[in-house]
Amino acid sequence: MKIINSITFILSFALICFSLLSFADVVSLRGHNPLDEEAKIPTLKRWQHDREPIARNYLQQPPIIPHKIHRYTIDRRSNKCLTCHSWRSYKESGATKISLTHFRDRDGNELSSVAPRRYFCTQCHVPQVEAPPLIENQFTPVDSLTQE
Amino acid sequence: MTEETQANIIKRTWQLLCHPCTTKSLLSLLSMGFVAGIIFWGGFNTAMEATNNETFCISCHEMEENVYQEYKQTIHYMNRTGVRATCPDCHVPKEWVHKFVRKIQASNELYHKMLGSIDTPEKFEAKRLELAKHVWASMKKTDSRECRNCHDYESMDYGEQSRRSSRLHQKGFSNGQTCIDCHKGIAHQLPYMDEATHKETGL
Ligand code: HEC
Ligand code: HEC
Ligand code: HEC
Ligand code: HEC
Ligand code: HEC
Repeated sequence: MKIINSITFILSFALICFSLLSFADVVSLRGHNPLDEEAKIPTLKRWQHDREPIARNYLQQPPIIPHKIHRYTIDRRSNKCLTCHSWRSYKESGATKISLTHFRDRDGNELSSVAPRRYFCTQCHVPQVEAPPLIENQFTPVDSLTQE
Repeated sequence: MTEETQANIIKRTWQLLCHPCTTKSLLSLLSMGFVAGIIFWGGFNTAMEATNNETFCISCHEMEENVYQEYKQTIHYMNRTGVRATCPDCHVPKEWVHKFVRKIQASNELYHKMLGSIDTPEKFEAKRLELAKHVWASMKKTDSRECRNCHDYESMDYGEQSRRSSRLHQKGFSNGQTCIDCHKGIAHQLPYMDEATHKETGL
């Protein structure tokens, strides 16, 4: 019994040491920050100004929003995006109209107004901020999207 | 009271008013009138001004709980330059004839306040489209006069404006459109709209 006990003890001690070692260079999302000090707040990023549509990287990609959307409301009552992007108003506003996929519900029915799963536009479409990429990225668009 | 005595009283009062006053000089009468005029005008103006600021507008909970909370999220409450547009800036004309007319209309609003027409968020929501349509219609009629008190399209620098703004402003103004045609819901959330209203408002 005694032997088993001490083996367990040694094993668990080794395990703890090992885990401490292997986690030594893992940084928490808050950074190396003592608990009793306030973390440094990253500076707010600026939203990019309006510009022409941004090229897509792959065919099925939801295009990135090339304009500011600050204070645009999308709620049960109204959807600011659709005031420019709906089929009713795209001509007037000069915006791209939402494509047919936005009218198809999850059962494959073709609806006559935006499908509920496509109503909250910012689930899939996002505007850009002026920021360097967090990690290096070597992604290149598919051939059919690169012009040369 | 018989009709005859009634007519008599009116006649006598009228005579008294028309009869020249012999105990007061014309000057003192005139100055009394002048002072009374100042007091009335001052009081009138004070009442106009006292009811023409944001604190008054949101002193009733209908406004405080609904529209004010939403307005606080918008550019006219908080922005880069710190210039604020308050409720009367957009809802009460500056020029006094129009202002007076608007204030008379406001008595109707007080009547509905007493009736409790919109005293819960649910009732307010139900009435909201109607209320918004009133505002849209009157702004359309005045060519968005209250917006233009601060924003003047003659002073807009299209080079400074964003792509979408400058394109649509130039197109819109040359087509004779006005601010409210395109900027509905600028200070409050839009009401719930049925298909017919969507069509009508183009939203
Ligand atoms: C005032 C009108 C207006 C509103 C409101 C608006 N957009 Fe746009 N949007 C445009 C215009 C115009 C363009 C095209 C840009 C250009 O050509 O200058 C555009 C472009 C886009 C594109 C790129 C399309 C492409 O082909 O690459 C996306 C995505 C987009 N908008 C999404 C949104 C979303 C999501 C919202 C709501 C949060 C929104 N927009 C609100 C006018 C608007
Ligand atoms: C579930 C994700 C999703 C949601 C939600 C969504 N979209 Fe899209 N959107 C896409 C994808 C994916 C594409 C590209 C492929 C396609 O056309 O379906 C796209 C394409 C677009 C395009 C370009 C159309 C074209 O012809 O090139 C516009 C504009 C657009 N979306 C606007 C909107 C607006 C406005 C809303 C909100 C009413 C919205 N989207 C909601 C995924 C989404
Ligand atoms: C008391 C003056 C005043 C009045 C009245 C006023 N505005 Fe403004 N408006 C401002 C100021 C100040 C700003 C913010 C400027 C800044 O960016 O700092 C602004 C910003 C705006 C913007 C820019 C929105 C954005 O997100 O960039 C629009 C659009 C606008 N106003 C439309 C209107 C309309 C429509 C009306 C009439 C219903 C109106 N304004 C009435 C002062 C006013
Ligand atoms: C034809 C439609 C149309 C009309 C009419 C119109 N606007 Fe605009 N306005 C827009 C669009 C579209 C934008 C850009 C999209 C956005 O900010 O949501 C805009 C943006 C603005 C901005 C922000 C400008 C910027 O680039 O930061 C102001 C301020 C403004 N409008 C004020 C007014 C005023 C004041 C009037 C009336 C004199 C008016 N607008 C009439 C469509 C219109
Ligand atoms: C920048 C101008 C502006 C300011 C500031 C403003 N409003 Fe409005 N208000 C409007 C417009 C425009 C409408 C028409 C509906 C719409 O487009 O949202 C409206 C509509 C309303 C309505 C009708 C109901 C509704 O939601 O449409 C009420 C009530 C109202 N405003 C009260 C107020 C009060 C109270 C304040 C101050 C806390 C205020 N407003 C500040 C422009 C303004």
